[in-house]
Amino acid sequence: MGTNSQQGAEVDVRTADAMNQIYARPWTGTAIIVIGLIALALGIAICVNYGYQDIKLITVWEAIFRFDPDSGEHQIIRALRLPRVLGGAIIGAGLSVAGAIMQGMTRNPLADSSLLGLTAGAGFALALVFAFFQGVSFNVLLLIAFLGAGVGAVLVFGLSSMARGGMTPVRLVLAGAAVTALLTAISEGIALYYRIGKDLSFWYAGAIAGIRMSQLEIMFPWVAVALLGAIALSRSITLLSLGEDVARGLGLRSGRVKLAGLAIVLILAGAAVAVAGAIGFVGLLIPHVTRKLVGVDYRWIIPCSAVLGALLVIIADLAARMINPGSEVPVAALIAIIGVPFFLYLARKEERSL
Amino acid sequence: MIQDTYVLSDSQKRERRRITIMFTILSVLIVAVFLVSMNTGSIRLTPIEVLRTLFGEGTSDQDLILFTFRLPRIVLSVLVGAGLGVAGCVLQAITRNALAEPGIIGINAGAGLFVLAFTAFYASPAASPVYLLPLLAWAGAGLSAVIVFGLSYRKHRGFSSTRLLLNGIAITAGISSMTIVITQRIDAEQYQFYARWISGTFSGQDWKFVMAVLPFLAVLIPYVMYKSRTINVLNLGQTMAVGLGARVTREQVGLLAAAIGLAGACVSVSGSIGFVGLIGPHLARRLVGTKHQVLVPASALVGGLLVIGADTISRMWLQDTPTGVIVAIIGAPYFLYLMIRSKM
Repeated sequence: MGTNSQQGAEVDVRTADAMNQIYARPWTGTAIIVIGLIALALGIAICVNYGYQDIKLITVWEAIFRFDPDSGEHQIIRALRLPRVLGGAIIGAGLSVAGAIMQGMTRNPLADSSLLGLTAGAGFALALVFAFFQGVSFNVLLLIAFLGAGVGAVLVFGLSSMARGGMTPVRLVLAGAAVTALLTAISEGIALYYRIGKDLSFWYAGAIAGIRMSQLEIMFPWVAVALLGAIALSRSITLLSLGEDVARGLGLRSGRVKLAGLAIVLILAGAAVAVAGAIGFVGLLIPHVTRKLVGVDYRWIIPCSAVLGALLVIIADLAARMINPGSEVPVAALIAIIGVPFFLYLARKEERSL
Repeated sequence: MIQDTYVLSDSQKRERRRITIMFTILSVLIVAVFLVSMNTGSIRLTPIEVLRTLFGEGTSDQDLILFTFRLPRIVLSVLVGAGLGVAGCVLQAITRNALAEPGIIGINAGAGLFVLAFTAFYASPAASPVYLLPLLAWAGAGLSAVIVFGLSYRKHRGFSSTRLLLNGIAITAGISSMTIVITQRIDAEQYQFYARWISGTFSGQDWKFVMAVLPFLAVLIPYVMYKSRTINVLNLGQTMAVGLGARVTREQVGLLAAAIGLAGACVSVSGSIGFVGLIGPHLARRLVGTKHQVLVPASALVGGLLVIGADTISRMWLQDTPTGVIVAIIGAPYFLYLMIRSKM
């Protein structure tokens, strides 16, 4: 017993040492969180304010805190504008954190829920629901989306870990592309057969315009718990990002951490697909940008990614509404305009390091 | 290897015989599936009736069913399979990557985007000029392929294969999000038309489509065959090929253009069919070996067999599920299997 606790203490000291050596910029991180949250609040206010019908900011305030069901303006804010912007923020935070966790745990710079088959898995599950069990409650839909994301993830991670030489980033991306092609093909087949293609295309579109408050109420607790879980797990993820062997040597139970991380990723990615469809590249972009800003410690990367991801999606949505008022560009398309070149750049770097 | 075959003429003979047998088996299989396919449909015809009709002795109803409805579709499926097989064979040889395939490097996505734009532009796609759709799809395929290859080219080192695949995936992802923008603006009927196209189907295709794709195959497959020795050399790698005196870049560009042209022409008439260019050459390599003089035609045959087989299965048992869906269900696991085994 005595030696055990001594060893334990020694490992703790070594872990603390390792954590201290990890490059981080706490001040930048704090600044990002504080300024980011202020910007987020401002952004949400602007987004709620901006629209076809001019509504004064004070009315927005009243609609939130002194809701009057008889006022038309209050109804617009409560039913349409608020769910959209809040939903966008939640999804952005969720997708970024999911991306950060995957990048950290698999040490793969190219990880993103849409690249690694999670989005296609959730979409596939939704196609099945639309075809065979129409009219299920949103609660059930959400659970099925989690399951679908899980199927995609297990296929991609399982198959690439079976390969000789293990899960290299390139292999993961290729497996993701093939699994996505497979699941999308089956979904398309189902969609054609049951004539639900157009319904499904709205899901794939990655638009946050249609989010309802009732959906948010169901989704929010899941995402909130998952985000808190991610922050609780962030120290272990930092250790994992140093490499499996190092993490094990420092006494980390890597199996458990990976399982918990995977569960969090599935909830975040599944929830995002269930309310907004396929929004790619947020989970790729944001963690990389954050890492450049705050260093490689996931205790800072995860909360900062959440804030920046939420900002990215609501700003992109605002831009999408401003570019072409009346007929809107889906937010996913706008993010892809930044995301694709960034992916090309990362791929170039990754290939050089091979 | 080459020297061995010169010295051991016995094994060379055995090899030749094996190759001949393989080609015979493949051709017989295609003919067999062809006959089965001709029999498949809502109106049953006996094999004898099919043969009689083919030789010009059928009733006018039988003529109509076979020559107007079934034959163009079946012929088209073989042609598309052959074209995609050859395109995949060339891509794999030049990039020296077992996973290179027209679909994964963005050809299907580019064609799809142009088809969708066309669908959105013409309120009713059926009423549009016939050759415009294949032509646009071909242009889209070419454009995305040129972008992907352009991004993957490095001076003095040729086309980097890993980067090619990653760039292909990136461009495909970018194109799908553009696609999504357009799908928001079209109505349900137009979407159904596009959805059928994107999932790859031969139903409702007539001779006009055969005539649209045939010239490409008739020119480009012989060109690739003519260059098969060059492909053997290029397949040895950049340094080796330069050492052996090949004008590497020029040959590569020519052959890539041929592969892109072939794949683009095929998906422009069939819709997005993936993985044929992957499976075709791989199975062919197992059957006839790695010499491209025989590998190219074998890839064409295996590809043709694969697509006509998938199309027949879909018509027999799966209520005309798009062929591309069936090919993807077979092809994606095969891709994953190859990915697991490859070193990367």
